[in-house]
Order: sequence, then structure tokens, then C-alpha cells
Amino acid sequence: MNKQKKNQKKQYNFMAYRRFAVIISAVLILISLASLAIRGLDLGVDFTGGSVIEVGYPSTANVDEIRATLEKAGYDASVQSFGSDKDILIRLAPDNDSGNKDNISQKVLEVLQKHTAGVEMRRVEFVGPQIGDELRDQGGIAMLLALAGILIYVTLRFEFRFSVGSVVALLHDVVITLGFFSVIGIEFDLTILAAILAIIGYSLNDTIVVFDRVRENFLKIRKATTEESINTSINQTLARTIVTSLTTLLVLFALFFFGGEIIHGFALAMIIGVVIGTYSSIYVASSSLLMMGVTREALLPPIPDEESEEIEQMP
Amino acid sequence: MNRYPLWKYLLIIAVTVIGLLYALPNLYPSDPSLQITMEDRYKFNGKELENIQTALTAAKIAVKRVDSDKEKLMVRFANTDDQFASVDPIKAALGKHYITALTLAPTTPSWLKSLNALPMYLGLDLRGGVHFLMEVDMKTAIDKSMERYRIELGSFLRDKDLRYLGVIHDGDSLTVKFKDEALRANALEALKREYNLTSSLLNFQEIPNKKGVALKVTLTEVNINNTKRFALQQNITTLRNRVNELGVSEPIIQQQGLERIVVELPGVQDPAEAKKILGATATLEFRMVDEENDPYLAQSSRRTPVGDKLFLERNGNPILLKRKVMLTGDYITGADPGFDENQRPSVTITLDGKGANIFGRETGKNVKKLMGVVFIEHKTELKKLPDGTISKKTTKTQEVINVARIQERLSKRFQITGLDSTKESNGLAILLRAGALAAPVYIVEERTIGPSLGADNIADGRNAVIIGFVFVLIFMAFYYRVFGLVANLALTLNLVLIIAVLSMLQATLTLPGIAGIVLTVGMAVDANVLIYERIKEELRNGVTPQIAIQSGYEKAFSTIADANITTLIAAIVLYGMGTGPIKGFAITLAIGIVSSMFTAIMGTRAVINLIYGNRRIKRLQIGGGL
Repeated sequence: MNKQKKNQKKQYNFMAYRRFAVIISAVLILISLASLAIRGLDLGVDFTGGSVIEVGYPSTANVDEIRATLEKAGYDASVQSFGSDKDILIRLAPDNDSGNKDNISQKVLEVLQKHTAGVEMRRVEFVGPQIGDELRDQGGIAMLLALAGILIYVTLRFEFRFSVGSVVALLHDVVITLGFFSVIGIEFDLTILAAILAIIGYSLNDTIVVFDRVRENFLKIRKATTEESINTSINQTLARTIVTSLTTLLVLFALFFFGGEIIHGFALAMIIGVVIGTYSSIYVASSSLLMMGVTREALLPPIPDEESEEIEQMP
Repeated sequence: MNRYPLWKYLLIIAVTVIGLLYALPNLYPSDPSLQITMEDRYKFNGKELENIQTALTAAKIAVKRVDSDKEKLMVRFANTDDQFASVDPIKAALGKHYITALTLAPTTPSWLKSLNALPMYLGLDLRGGVHFLMEVDMKTAIDKSMERYRIELGSFLRDKDLRYLGVIHDGDSLTVKFKDEALRANALEALKREYNLTSSLLNFQEIPNKKGVALKVTLTEVNINNTKRFALQQNITTLRNRVNELGVSEPIIQQQGLERIVVELPGVQDPAEAKKILGATATLEFRMVDEENDPYLAQSSRRTPVGDKLFLERNGNPILLKRKVMLTGDYITGADPGFDENQRPSVTITLDGKGANIFGRETGKNVKKLMGVVFIEHKTELKKLPDGTISKKTTKTQEVINVARIQERLSKRFQITGLDSTKESNGLAILLRAGALAAPVYIVEERTIGPSLGADNIADGRNAVIIGFVFVLIFMAFYYRVFGLVANLALTLNLVLIIAVLSMLQATLTLPGIAGIVLTVGMAVDANVLIYERIKEELRNGVTPQIAIQSGYEKAFSTIADANITTLIAAIVLYGMGTGPIKGFAITLAIGIVSSMFTAIMGTRAVINLIYGNRRIKRLQIGGGL
């Protein structure tokens, strides 16, 4: 008896705090939506069109001086250091290089090389205005398609209300991550879009694991209320949720600190997404199940009850 | 209990061995190299090797090794500095008709090569190079096609003795004018029989006209699509020829969508030059000069004599040329840059048989008369208007670069001069050799990665993978003890398998792709975490260790499958919608998910069974005080 007790894990009553969680989520989402509506996203060259030129200086570069040099040469450019103080990122608005035939990047490089010897071209990105628009549309469509595909799969495997729950959790994660980028004002480029789509996959992964347990417990524990079943499920999967989030965060931090400047935004978006996703799979997904009134009957297989229970009880 | 059948062990061993074998080539570093090939129709003379070695010894550049076969020479160097420094001496030593290209040559041993085991193909963001996305100006393509029909319809009606008043090309339609309805009806019937019998090429619409009646002719939907497809294909072929002329190893030239072409040039250091050559639409036309009328008068009065067209020379002087084109650039098969007797840059042009016949006949008729060479170039400018729409403007510049008296009948080979610089003569020669673009292309996206950034990206990516991987290994071993070590084995195998599959598929590895690998490393342990937590739970419920292992694996399976399939859906959508770098991420993520299912479920079970299976055990070393 004693041993049994020692082996029983502590149960947390997650669902008791769910009203509190709803408030937190609602506040976060409102802030995100407000920021997205007012400030919008700082869309990168991938989406707006324009040019980005990364140059490497042999020694510490003076950002102000570079800005002045470019201004004098007639370029309306934004200049900032990138990663190290030797790397400089120069952004040019799309209007400046219609057609790209006149090789603006080459000219900018020449201006800088004339000013400082040994400046090296590291990266040039030019995106035409129509490509930017297309990528923006495609990104939106990709997100919707991913959501639709997932909605269908979860409906097939579980039930419609579960798929609504998982999509609510997904939207919650995506909106808050986007909101974070809007509030902080970090440039939103293609790699971050990829991160958002990866977050969709990850967050869903987490939610599915909890839902799987909910389904199992609905079928197994007959006397419990829906709320109790969900609570038990969350507790049973808690260790896994935390361990997986931890290992994923470990590698993401490795990417963030060692993966180089270009992958920085990606890693940051993923880190936020994983943290929010972990929270949402516990609270948002499950709360929405409760709100939509999911019951164990809804999940029972179409065959008569008794038969299915016999199957469940077989060792 | 908890024993695996022999075939499962054999399968795991086989997968491991194959995985290791195909991942192995990636351990051999690539050599910075210079690849030397010959232009079309030229062959190595056998003295190249010797010449290169003499030149490099003179320039004090150390060569690691030279590989040679019938088609190419690969000069390998120890570092990129030597590689860059070698370009000029080698070019000088070899002379004309050789194409040199900077490249990374794999050092895969031959026994691995014989198994078709190759290292992963690195994307441009890792190896450096230029990526262009080019859009074909389809409006011009359609326009050109309309112009062809204008000439064709005219001669068709003339040949059939169907009287008409004229054909006008106006935007995307032609107007054929007739005196009365009877003539139009006859012509319409003949035209329909000619153009719409087997497949419907043209739409004919009867419209009124100021004097008499007319037919409005437009291209059918099918015809428009065919024209576009042809323009795209033709442009891809031309671009491929031009890239070959530039000397790039492993270029990628691919159709994307219905109107775009992707061009990737690894190792290209000078994007400006590449851009100029790829996007150029320059071609030549040969026309006779009208020596009887005054071009200045025509310019000031804006009245060009019948049968003439007013052009400008490079110095800005007007000149009247005949409307009739004697020869276009389409018949040119060879063009070599060089110098004329006065040391001015020139291009020696070689025509194909048909071109030589036409040109011989035309010049023969006009000996002692003046002929003009017209240099034609299209330029497309894109501008985003304030209201968000995008305007596209294509301008055509036509300049007379050279006027010379025909001394004798010209035929297959002749020389033209009048070019500004050797750079221009080189460029023109490449363009003439490679053929003309069916329609102008313009660059809508460009990404250039310098070689130093590429190398940095590889180093950063590798560090991130290794550090992230080691973190996870330590964490798992600490948290799950023996089971953690088993999961680590599976994770290592997973990494090997991802690299092996990427190498086998020769899929492009990009920096986001590396991010995908790192992410997979983090997420691949999820399957093991699910299983192990399930085993712990079973143990807590008082089940014996053997049964706990069994039901842990069984019960976790459907969860793992569900979770991974949903992530796979996201990866597939990413692949379908994404462009280059994003695709790279999606591929590694998808491969990682599938291989992790194998390693984390079957792989770990096999090892756990080996350790714990078929014997009595009281405790499992799975951490968490159990």
C-alpha cells in the first residue's frame, strides 16, 4: 500500500485554473491583434520587394559613416550592423531599383569600396515588387492549407470538436507569435514564415498527444466527469510535454546562439512558438474541448458500448 | 518475452549499414577546384596539363592534384585563395576556346563513387553563388507571334489571289481590310481552312471598317498558351547555352510556374556580369543602306521614304536603312571575338548553311553598296506604382553599330566591327553563339551569397547541429539512464539516416535545411519520451517491468503516429508552397519525421529487448526513481 502511494504521481488540477488561463490568452491575443492591426509586421525584403546587401568590413565598421557615404552618393538606405560589428546590412526600398538592370547592389558596393578598401560582398538579395506580393499571398495560403489539412486529419482520427479545439490552439499560437514579432518589431522574413509553419506542426503534435490521452481516458474511466478526465489526461502527459519541450528548446537555443545571424529570427520564432505551444496544448486546446461540451459518448465507436468495453479490458 | 524476431534485427542492421555507407561521403571534405572544359566542337589537345602546370609553377601556386578525363580537367587546390589566384594564369596559359569554372570538387573515394554514394548537394547559401528568378516577358512573345502572323497572312492571301487592302498589327490583334464583303467571305473561308482545320489557331471576327469591311484576327487560347510554352522552352534552352558559355559547374536552369525560369549558378563571383549575359536580348540584323535619300531631312521632316526605316548610329547620326532585313541573328552558329587589322574589337561571325545561302545571294546583288549592321536590345523596367499595381515597360533600342561597303559577295564567315570595347565584343559573341531569347526576360528576384558567407553558414550550421545534438544526448542520458542511452543511439542513427537519405536523393541542403535537421533532432526524441513515460506510468501502476515495456511501446504507438502524421502534413504543405530555402527545410523535416519513426520505435525496441528481454528483471534503469 505504501509503495503504491509513493508511486502515485502528484495530480495538478489544471482545469480549475482554466478561467484564469482564458483571461491570459484573451489578453495576449488582444494585444497581438491590436499590435498587428496598428503596427503591423516589419515585413522583410522577401515580402515587400527591394534590396538587401550584406557587406563585410576588414575591421570594425562605422555605421554612421557608411550611412553618410551612401546618402552622399544618393541612396536612401537603411544601414545597421548585422551579427558582428564587422558585418553591415544595407536595405534599399523597392522604388530605388526598378528592374534591377542597373545593378544597384554592384554600385553600392563600389561606393563603399571606394570609401574603405577591402569591403567584401557577402550577400545580395533583390526581390522584385511582384514577387513580394506573391510570397505574401502564398504564405497566407500555405498557412490556411496546413490548417485545413490538419483539420481534416484530426476530424477523421477523432471528432470534429477535437479538430476545432486543435485549430483554436494553433491559431492561438500563431497569432501570439506573430503578435510578438509585431510588438518587438523584428523583421519578418521567409525563414520566420517557415518557423510559423513549423510551429503549427509542433503545437499540433503537443495537442494531439493530450487529445489522444483524453480519448483513451474517456473510454477507460467511465465514472469521471469530462473535466476530471481531461485533467487526468493532462497530468498523465505532463512529464512528456515538459521533456519534449525541453529537448526542443535545447536545440533551438543551440541554433539561436550558434546557428549564425541568418537563422536567428527562425530560432527565436520557434522558441516563442514552442513555449506558447506547450502552454496552449494544456490550456487552450483542452479548455475549448470543455467549452464545446465534448462528452465521452461522442467518442465511443459506432459499435454497441458493451462490446467495445470488453475489447478495452482485454489484457 | 520481449524478443524481436531475427529478421527485424537484420533489417535494422541492414538499414544502419546502408545509412552509414551513404552518409560516409560527407566526411570527405571538398577541394576548391577549377574545372576546365572545352567549348562545343573543340577537343583537348593533350598539352593542357603541361601548360597549366608550367603556368602555376611560374605563379607560385601549389596544386593539390589534377584529375583529367576526356571531357574535363579538374585542378584541385588546398584552399580558396590558391583557387582564386589560379584563374588568370590558367586562362592565359590555355588561350581561346577553354571554359574555366570555379567549383568544389568532392574527394569521395572511388569505391564509394562506384556505389553511387555522393556527398549532399549544398545549396547556394552554403557554397556561395547567384540565384536568379527570371520572368519571361510574355507580352512581347505574343507580340512577336502576332507580327509573324501579319507577314504570314499577307503572303498567304497574296499567294491565293485573295484580294485585300492591307494587314495592320495593332496590339494583340490584326486587322485585315477588304474592299467588300464578298472578298472578305472568300478570304475568311480560305483562312479558316488554312489555320483552323486541324487545330484552332486563330479567331476571326467580322468587323466594319471605314472603307469597306475588315476581319479582326486574334490568337486562340490554345495558341496563346502554346506560344507562351514555346517562348519559355526556347528561353530555357538559350539560357542554358549562355550559362555553358559563362563556364559554371553544376548550374540549375529550371522552369518555375508558367512564365518564370530559375537560374542558379554556384560559385559565380561576379553576378553583374552573369546578369548582363543572361538577361541580354542583343541580336543583330543586316540591312542595306539607302544611299539616295538624305537621312537628316528624313529626321527633321519626320518623313521616312517608302521602304526605308530611320535608325541612329552610335554617334547619334541618323541613317536610313531599307525596311527589308537581309539577315537576322537567328542564322548565326559561331561568333568569335577578336580584333580587325586596326586593332579595333571585332566579332567574326559564322553562319549556318541556310544563312550563308541567303547572305551570299543578298550581298552578291549589292556589291559596292553600303550595308548597315543593327544591334538590337530589349530592356524591361518594372515599377511599382503608388496604387500598388506593377507597371512593366519594355524598351527596344536599335543602334547601327557598323556601316561598311560590301567589297565582295559574303558568305559563311565574315567580320563585323564598330564595337566599343573588347568587353562588348566578348559579350556579343557569347550572345550570338548561344542564340537569341524568344522573348525578353527580366530578373524578378536575385540572391547572391558570397563565398565567405557560404563557408560561415556551413560552419555555423555544423556547430548548431553538433551542439544541439550533444545537449540532447546529455539530457536524455541523465533523465532516462539506460533507456536514455538507447534513445541516444537511435537519435544518432536518425541523424546518419537523414544525411544518408539527403545524399541519396541529392536533395539540396540549405541553411534552413540544417535548421530542419536540428529541429528534427529535438523532436525525434519525442517518440522515445512518449514511450518511456508510458513505461514509467505502467510501472507506477504496479505492472512487472517486462509487461511495462511491452505495453509502453504498444500504447504509445498510435499517439506517435498521430503526432507525426500531423507534423508531416505541415511539412508537405511547406514543400508544396515554398521556394528554394523553405523547400530545403521541409525536405529535411519530412525525412527526419519518417526516419525517426523507424529509429525511435523499432530501433530502440530492438536494443531494449537485447538488454532486458527474455530474462527476469526487478528494475528498469529508466530514471525518475523507478
